[in-house]
Amino acid sequence: MPDNAIEFQGVWKRLGTKVVLRGVDLSVSRGECLVVIGRSGSGKSVLLKHVVGLLQPDRGTVRVNGIDVSKLDEGELLALREEMGMLFQAGALFDSMLVGENVGLALREHTPLPERQIEEVVAEKLALVGLAGTEGQRPSSLSGGMKKRAALARALAMNPKIMLYDEPTTGLDPITADVINRLIRRLQERLGMTSIAVTHDMKSAYHIADRIAMLHEGRIHAIGTPDEIQATRDPILRQFIEGSSDGPLLPT
Amino acid sequence: MIDPETAEQEDAALAAAPWPQRFLFARLQNAGEIFLLVGSALREMPAGVRKIGLVFEQMASIGLGSMPLTVIVALFTGAVAAVQAAYQMRDYVPMIYLGTVIGKSVVIELGPVLTALVVGGRVSAAIAAELGSMRVTEQIDAMETLGISPVRYLVVPRLVASVLMLPVLTIFADILAIFGGYLVAVLTLDVSGHTFTSGLKLYFKIQDVFSGLLKSVFFGGIIATMGCYYGLRTEGGAEAVGDSTTRAVVASCLLILIVDYLLASFLFRVLFA
Repeated sequence: MPDNAIEFQGVWKRLGTKVVLRGVDLSVSRGECLVVIGRSGSGKSVLLKHVVGLLQPDRGTVRVNGIDVSKLDEGELLALREEMGMLFQAGALFDSMLVGENVGLALREHTPLPERQIEEVVAEKLALVGLAGTEGQRPSSLSGGMKKRAALARALAMNPKIMLYDEPTTGLDPITADVINRLIRRLQERLGMTSIAVTHDMKSAYHIADRIAMLHEGRIHAIGTPDEIQATRDPILRQFIEGSSDGPLLPT
Repeated sequence: MIDPETAEQEDAALAAAPWPQRFLFARLQNAGEIFLLVGSALREMPAGVRKIGLVFEQMASIGLGSMPLTVIVALFTGAVAAVQAAYQMRDYVPMIYLGTVIGKSVVIELGPVLTALVVGGRVSAAIAAELGSMRVTEQIDAMETLGISPVRYLVVPRLVASVLMLPVLTIFADILAIFGGYLVAVLTLDVSGHTFTSGLKLYFKIQDVFSGLLKSVFFGGIIATMGCYYGLRTEGGAEAVGDSTTRAVVASCLLILIVDYLLASFLFRVLFA
């Protein structure tokens, strides 16, 4: 297997009339947690969706475990996705199902496990994210943070080797955000997952990242370890990580 | 693979084109995407129908849920048909033909088409709104990343349920519309029950009923397909869901009428001619 679990090569993507990605080159090694930072609308989520094949590049390639995602047929793509988990911005729990059914869905669809074992896994994953005993609740009755945690349990149900987090801490109170950050870090260290997290929460980025990359104007503007990023002299990166409205980046 | 710059130039060229060209291009694009959706639904059909629970759920919501509406629409359709037919026939045609006219017009045309239009409005709107909100809240994306095909899980059960339930609703509508006509004839038009039913049996052909039910199968397919197509291609927020819902209803009603004409031409000018 190649060393890089995920590899972007010259990826261009246009959505509607806007060219969002303009030649992204990026690689994530096995077991690494890469955090992609960037302003709202800079294409961070678009980048993530290429990894699971929800979007196809207009130009360039996206490889997962050395396989070009855009060359896979529907069946192969579904099989590849079973090894990946993705946490969506607002959770994206299926609101026609109970929390427990949400978490157990992939297991029921893809594994021959008996019902009792599935229930055990569901309970275990919910406990992992601090939501033990919520199996029977409707997603609509959960708070924003609980939804996100339940969605994380769902993404972890199949023990994925690659995890993608789309703004894991946005909209959470600082304490819940810290719980999620620690959880992401723990999954990283214990299970050796490869992950990409997209965020503009710098505190979270420093906490979970092995490396941080900044997406700016459709390209990777800078990449480095959290220490390197914090010590940067690049004015754009500097302004972003300090969260200042004075500098080369203009308020939108 | 589309080159972004070429695509941009093509887009600019299209945006500058006169509106009939743009309109035609957009409709052709819709048609192409709809055929692709139906194609993948047919491919996923064997796996999709194995989720029999999901199919039953949809059958209940599409079939049973539309029953009250169907009952009222059918009763009044028959009643109006009786009043109008009696008015047209007065002084020229003997009233024994009242039952014939109502029976024929109901099973051939009014039953299947009015049921489809009314149920279509209700069902395609509901499907488009549900799938549209799932799309904008990323639930469809989430389903795909869990390795579950939305076509298999969402489209197939709705399509199968709609195709199965529309003929059932049409049978109820046919019976109730004729009953509505009968009531009006007997209670307000001075036509005896015996005259009405003898007229009904006169020239009764089972192929008329069959043609009506065959049409309703196609209408069921149209309703679910339009709801799913416009729901799944929703982009944006709450406003976009409303927009998709409207498009789904308009498209299914228009297609029902167009396909009705095509099928009528085929059935009565080719098959039964």
